Amino acid sequence: MAVVTAPAAMPSRPLLARLAEPRGFLLLILLMWVPLVAYVMFKQYFGDYAQYVLLPAIPAALLLYATAAWTWRESPIAVIGATLVFLWLVLAITAPYLPLLDPNKPVAPFVTPFSEKNGVFYWLGTDTRGRDMLSRTIWGCQRVIVWGITATVVAYVVGTMLGLIAGYLGGWWDQVVSFFANVLLSFPVMILFILILNYLGPSGFNIVIAVTFSSAPAIMRIVRGLALDVKTRDYIFAAQTRGESALWIMLIELLPNVRGPLIVDACLRLGYTTVAITTLTFLGLGLQPPDPDWGLMIKEASSTALVWKFSYMLLIPALSVSSLILGFNLMADGLREMSMRD
Amino acid sequence: MVKLILQRLLQMALIMLVVSLVLFIVFDSPKFKKQLAVNELGGFAVATLTQADYEKWLESKGLNVPIYDRYGKWVWGLAHGDFGRSFQKNEDVGYLLGRALIKTGILAFWVFALMIPIALITGVLAGIREGKFQDRAITFLSVLFTSIPEIATAIILTVFLALGLGWLPAKSKGDGLIYIVLPVLTLVLYDFGYVARMTRASVAEVMTSQYIRTAVLKGIPYRRVIMKHVLRNALIAPFTVIVLQLNWLLSGVVVVEVFFQYDGFGKLLLDAALFGDLYVVQAATLAAVFVAVLSQLISDVGYTFLNPRIRFS
Repeated sequence: MAVVTAPAAMPSRPLLARLAEPRGFLLLILLMWVPLVAYVMFKQYFGDYAQYVLLPAIPAALLLYATAAWTWRESPIAVIGATLVFLWLVLAITAPYLPLLDPNKPVAPFVTPFSEKNGVFYWLGTDTRGRDMLSRTIWGCQRVIVWGITATVVAYVVGTMLGLIAGYLGGWWDQVVSFFANVLLSFPVMILFILILNYLGPSGFNIVIAVTFSSAPAIMRIVRGLALDVKTRDYIFAAQTRGESALWIMLIELLPNVRGPLIVDACLRLGYTTVAITTLTFLGLGLQPPDPDWGLMIKEASSTALVWKFSYMLLIPALSVSSLILGFNLMADGLREMSMRD
Repeated sequence: MVKLILQRLLQMALIMLVVSLVLFIVFDSPKFKKQLAVNELGGFAVATLTQADYEKWLESKGLNVPIYDRYGKWVWGLAHGDFGRSFQKNEDVGYLLGRALIKTGILAFWVFALMIPIALITGVLAGIREGKFQDRAITFLSVLFTSIPEIATAIILTVFLALGLGWLPAKSKGDGLIYIVLPVLTLVLYDFGYVARMTRASVAEVMTSQYIRTAVLKGIPYRRVIMKHVLRNALIAPFTVIVLQLNWLLSGVVVVEVFFQYDGFGKLLLDAALFGDLYVVQAATLAAVFVAVLSQLISDVGYTFLNPRIRFS
């Protein structure tokens, strides 16, 4: 950890430039991401060490934000989007170290925001069961972000592989993959989610599977189109002449050359997935209580808090999820604008 | 053209066949039969049921026959216009689905009636002034509205219009237009941004073309250039997008109908799926797939029809 934070204090320009290279960027993402996923999904296996797991992720996230803001400095829209996203990301990572109340412990029911009760000041009030809203919002953000990004990444890996196979290999591979993609694409997305989750049962891992089924066909189509375009370029022929294997060509020659449009699409898709997870939890098909997340907060409040005085219980999770999605969308917009300018 | 349509219709039939078969296999699993029993008789009653009694219950529901037999019967019934009976509501599925589709259809009608004019006008206004303040303001608003998910839009509208000001009912339990204002507004606000941005991109592209420059240089009044030359060419792309929104709307209505407790198609499907009500899920899913594929077909055919430069060979 000390190794990572120390250089941040040095003159930042050359360091950020070096981190903006794909290798440094990927390293930072892994350094931030692996602890967060490990913490949320496999917390019970760490025992007493669980509280230290997230420590390396904090400097990594801050450094990643600095790098992103520096790389995208030409586009204020992208920087605003990244700021919104990283605000939630940093809150998600630092949740265990913030001075918050226990999100699952009832303390004082129906305390309105910005008021004091029993000597404790509640910034966002408490919900119908008396649990602290601020703490629930921040802990909920952790679950939404982790499952949302994991599901998107898995869908991307599957979709990209299928798209490369269909586009690069062609022939009957293409026929088979495209037919199944067409079958899945002819479902309205939410209906596919309901059918799959109803079959598998509601849980985080099953959401990942459902998102993969619904998003991978669309991703596969994009990648297939890009691969069809790129595969007739000279450098692919050169690689084929050198005798490189098909897998190597797909992953090392093709994929890096189509990354531009894919990154933009990934930002948008992160937004969709986050919405989907929140919505599914609201419908009772997603993450399960009692641990908080935004969809669950809406679900619990939507039947009890339909009074003007207590509407903050609905508004807080709604505005939280909106700001996160807005962040992803602005990021995608800024990136698209920058790629068009080049 | 006719060949294309036939090909797509054949593909649709194939997709629906695969879908219905997969659904049947899924819902035939012992787990789902148990879930159905628990939902109908109550968890406690099922736990005390003997194996023989359970078999008897399955037989009374017609669930103990092999799957190919059931599927065959279902397809036979479908061919005669019989969709089966709902386990949950003990009603004819065709009747249930028809009623739900009509309610959702009313919702969809108002959504499109409001969304299309708003989206096209704002999109054109943004597109003809590309890069100016007008464009930036409209683009920002459309990104903002598209970023707020339906569930959040629904909440914000309910809190301010229904709970705060008390102008509208918070739940859509009842007949009359006033009850569907909030669901319609929610869907319109979420949806119009996307169509507006597509329209804007299309108009902006046409505005930079040679023939528009020529028309302006010839001295044709600006208004006439926009109305006759720009719009005619720029509104082809938004047409396909609007038709494809129908597919999206079928996803969108689920959460809106559940939130506002509006008894439409989305709520019917969700309730049936949670209950394990096979025939309702089956019929509703097939209806959704049918609408989705049909809208894709209409958008493709309409696009070729409107744009003489593109003809499928």
